[in-house]
Amino acid sequence: MTVLGFWIYLMSDCIVFASLFAAYVTLSGSMSGNPGNAEMFDLPYVAMETGCLLVSSFTYGLAILAMQKGRSDLVMRWLGVTFLLGLTFIAMEVNEFHHMIAEGMGPGENAFLSSFFTLVGTHGAHVTAGLIWMIVLMAQVTQWGLNEVTRTRLMCLSLFWHFLDIIWIGVFTVVYLRGAMG
Amino acid sequence: MSQASETHEHHGANLRDYVIGFVLAVILTAIPFWLVMSEAAAPSVLLPTILIIGAAQMLVHLKYFLHLLGPDGTWNISSLLLTILIVSIVIGGTLWVMYELNNNMMPWMF
Repeated sequence: MTVLGFWIYLMSDCIVFASLFAAYVTLSGSMSGNPGNAEMFDLPYVAMETGCLLVSSFTYGLAILAMQKGRSDLVMRWLGVTFLLGLTFIAMEVNEFHHMIAEGMGPGENAFLSSFFTLVGTHGAHVTAGLIWMIVLMAQVTQWGLNEVTRTRLMCLSLFWHFLDIIWIGVFTVVYLRGAMG
Repeated sequence: MSQASETHEHHGANLRDYVIGFVLAVILTAIPFWLVMSEAAAPSVLLPTILIIGAAQMLVHLKYFLHLLGPDGTWNISSLLLTILIVSIVIGGTLWVMYELNNNMMPWMF
């Protein structure tokens, strides 16, 4: 039941992202004289971010398989790998934002950039929340082992983590690939 | 073992699914990146292509990572379908309205 309730929360989160996507697509033409997005996006860099998140989805799956076998040591190992991949993703995203702002393409420049930072930043904030959650869960698995409570929480974080990867498919398709096409 | 098979029934996760999902996801990620980076076709052809591939990858993730498109979990699926409906209305409705608005406000731009 807890997992179903969490799933329904994720569905409401989907609607939040749908609104942000709709706002982004509507405003992506409003650039007020700034360079177009084609020069802005570095696709090989985005491909690496995408790779980090995709591999982390897979390693989280391995943590769930370890959980089903009752191997808390393997759960910890795969959660650790997932955490590092997620952290790499966030570090790369923060670095990207930093470069954009330093080059005068901050969220205050025009409507397109505002909607870009809101959409991609909201996804990044979710991933950051997932990373904090993952640390807490690793501490709890260390403390209590794999019981009913930690198993349920691992399942909920699994849904959350895979969900964020699905949202990222929308982000790299609609924002980066579409943007790079000019 | 009974513990393992019980959770297995609940979540339907197995290594085979994750590996298949991962390989398909890598392919479905690599194709649109390659298409756009090599400018394989005109943007008018590329855009619908990458949108379709993106939607296909979302389905792959739902099936192989979230184990959603299996026989169990009717509540999950019905809430997902409702969400897809709302998301379509929000995104489709916004684009439709804003496109018409632009058309009516700035006909010389189109």
